[in-house]
Amino acid sequence: MTRMENPSVSIRDLSLNFGAISVLETLNIDVAEGEFIVLLGPSGCGKSTLLNCIAGLLDVSDGRIFIKGKNVTWEEPKDRGIGMVFQSYALYPQMTVEKNLSFGLRVAGIAKDEIAKRIARAAEILQIEPLLQRKPSALSGGQRQRVAIGRALVRDVDVFLFDEPLSNLDAKLRAELRVEIKLLHSKLQNTMIYVTHDQIEAMTLADRIAVMKGGVIQQLDAPQTIYNRPVNRFVAGFLGSPAMNFLDGRLEKDDGSWHFVAEDVRIPLATYAFEKEPVPGAAVFGIRPEHVAFNSGAGWPFTAMSNVVVVEPMGSDTLVWLKLANQNFTVRVTSERTPNNADAVSIGFDPMRASLFDATTGTRL
Amino acid sequence: MADHAVSLPAGTGSIGLEASGPRGPKPRHVFSRRNIFLYGTLIVVALYYLLPLYVMVVTSLKGMPEIRLGNIFSPPLEITFEPWVKAWSSACTGLNCDGLSRGFWNSVRITVPSVILSIAIASVNGYALANWRFKGADTFFVILIVGAFIPYQVMIYPIVIILREVGLYGSLSGLVIVHSIFGMPILTLLFRNYFSSMPEELFRAARVDGAGFWGIYFRIMLPMSLPIFVVAIILQVTGIWNDFLFGVVYTRPDTYPMTVQLNNIVNSVQGVKEYNVNMAATILTGLVPLVVYFVSGKLFVRGIAAGAVKG
Repeated sequence: MTRMENPSVSIRDLSLNFGAISVLETLNIDVAEGEFIVLLGPSGCGKSTLLNCIAGLLDVSDGRIFIKGKNVTWEEPKDRGIGMVFQSYALYPQMTVEKNLSFGLRVAGIAKDEIAKRIARAAEILQIEPLLQRKPSALSGGQRQRVAIGRALVRDVDVFLFDEPLSNLDAKLRAELRVEIKLLHSKLQNTMIYVTHDQIEAMTLADRIAVMKGGVIQQLDAPQTIYNRPVNRFVAGFLGSPAMNFLDGRLEKDDGSWHFVAEDVRIPLATYAFEKEPVPGAAVFGIRPEHVAFNSGAGWPFTAMSNVVVVEPMGSDTLVWLKLANQNFTVRVTSERTPNNADAVSIGFDPMRASLFDATTGTRL
Repeated sequence: MADHAVSLPAGTGSIGLEASGPRGPKPRHVFSRRNIFLYGTLIVVALYYLLPLYVMVVTSLKGMPEIRLGNIFSPPLEITFEPWVKAWSSACTGLNCDGLSRGFWNSVRITVPSVILSIAIASVNGYALANWRFKGADTFFVILIVGAFIPYQVMIYPIVIILREVGLYGSLSGLVIVHSIFGMPILTLLFRNYFSSMPEELFRAARVDGAGFWGIYFRIMLPMSLPIFVVAIILQVTGIWNDFLFGVVYTRPDTYPMTVQLNNIVNSVQGVKEYNVNMAATILTGLVPLVVYFVSGKLFVRGIAAGAVKG
C-alpha cells in the first residue's frame, strides 16, 4: 500500500482479537486530509470495529493509529480530535437538544459565550435552530440524526466518524440526509470516515471506498473504479444492485485469441483488458445487468439468443431473467421495452465492460 | 363502492352483500360465563387475603370487654382509639413503657442510612460492571451473586465477632453496615441488569464527549434510572424495615428496631393479653411498607420489568 504525504488518519498494522477470534488483521489505511472514506462491507466484516478502534472506544491488540500525525493509540476518545455519530443517534434522552450539543463542551470546561457561539453555528448549518429547546423524544428520526451530527460539529474536531448513521431511517429520509451529509462535507471539508453496509450510500458519498470482508480490506479505491474494475469476485458481487451476472466456465485460447467458454456459449475476449497474461483453465465471467444490450441487433462483439424466464418490473426499469449456458443471467432494460415471459430475445455486450475472475481464488484476471 | 359494484356478476347486485351479516365490533356480554368465572375467582381470592387485615383493624378498634365476647368478625359496637394510643406511646417492653414510638424512631434511624448507603454503593457497582468491563469483572460479579445464596444464619456469629472487634456491636451504625452489605448482591444485580439494558452507544457517545467514570454516572446514567432507583428503594425500605433477625442479634434493647419491639410487646408473657393493643401495634409496624407500596406501585412494576428481565 502506498503511503501518502501528511495523512489525516493513518492506521498501521492494526490487529484486534477477541480471545481467539481475529476481527481485524494487520490492517493498513491512509486517509487524506478532507477525504471522505466509506468503509463498506457485510455485517460482521469488522468495519464498525475498525471505526471504534479509531475512536478509541476499543483497545487494539496490535498496531498504531495516527490522527493528524499524532500517535493516538493509547489516547482517550476525547483527546483524539474526533466526533462520532451513531446509528441509534445516542442522544442523551433527559437533556434538551441544546444541552445535548453542549454536553461535551461543558465537560471540557469551555466558556459559556463560546459554547453559545458554537451551538448557534452548528444549529445554523444543520437548520435545527427551532428545535434547540426540545427533548430528543419530541424529534423525528431525521431531526435526531441532525442533532447527533451537530454534537460532533460543535466540538470542532478534525475527523468525523459515522457509524451507519442512516440505517435507522426510512428510505426517503435516508436519501435526503445522504445528500445533506454530502453537502456538509463539501462545506466543512473535514476528514470523514463513514461506515455503512449500504452500497448506494457508499457510491454516492465516498471519495474512496474501502470494501471489507473478514477483517481485511479487499479493495480501497474510488467508487467508479471499484464498480467497474472489482479486484475480486466478492467485491464484484457485493457492489451493484441488481447484482453482477456470474457465469462459470473456462478460459481457452484458439486461433491466437482468448475465449471464455461455457457449454455452447463462446465469448471472445479480444477487447478485455487482462491484468496479466492469462492461462487456460476454469474461470468466472462477470458482467453487470446494465452493461448488456437488449434486442439491439448486431454490432456487439458477443451476441446470443435466449428465452425470457421471469420479468421483474422495478418502476424506472425492468430486470429480465434469462438463461445463458444454462445459468441464470439478468438484463436490465428500460420499462418501455419490457418483454413477456417466454419471449425469445437477443442480447449483446462488449466484454470490455466485463470482469473475469479466477475460479478458485476469486481474484481478477 | 360504485367501481366494485360494476365487477359483480349481473343479477347479484350489491345490495345483498351490504345488508346481510355482522358488521363492526363483535358484541361482548358482561355476564358471560368467562367473565363470571374470572371475576368470581378474583373476588374470592381478594377477600381471602383481606380477611386477616379486616379482623386486625376491627379488633384494634374494640375495647377488651368486647373482644372477650369472641365475635372476631363483628364490627366494633363502640369504636375506641385507646389501643392505638397505648401501642404507640405507653405499651411496655421489659422496663421501657414508652410504646412503639421508640422502636419506630430506631427503625427510621436504621432504615434511612442503610437504604442510602446500600443503593449508593450498589448502583455504582452495577454501573461499573455493566459499562466498564474491567479485568475480572465477571469473576467479581459471580462472587457477589454467590454471596446472595449463602444462608444468613451461617454469617451471623462471625459478624457478631467482627462488629465486636471494631467496637460497633450493639450500635445502630453496626446494624446499618450489616444491612448495607447484605443488600449488595441483589441490588448490584438489579442495577447491573438495568444499566446493561441501556443502549451502549449512549455510553460511547458520552465517552467521545469526554465524560469520565463519574461524569457519565452522574450526568448520563443517574437521570435515566429513576425507575430502578424506585425499585431498589422499595426493596430496601421494606426489607430493612421488616427485618427481625439482624435487629435482634446486632442491637441492644434501647436500640431495638420496631419489629423486635413489636415481638416483645405481643409475646410478653406477663399480665393480660391485650389483643386490641397487639393488633394496633402490628398495623402500626406494617404501615411504613404498606405506604411505600401504595405510593410507588406503578413505578415499582415499571422498574422491575425494566431491570430484572434481561440477564
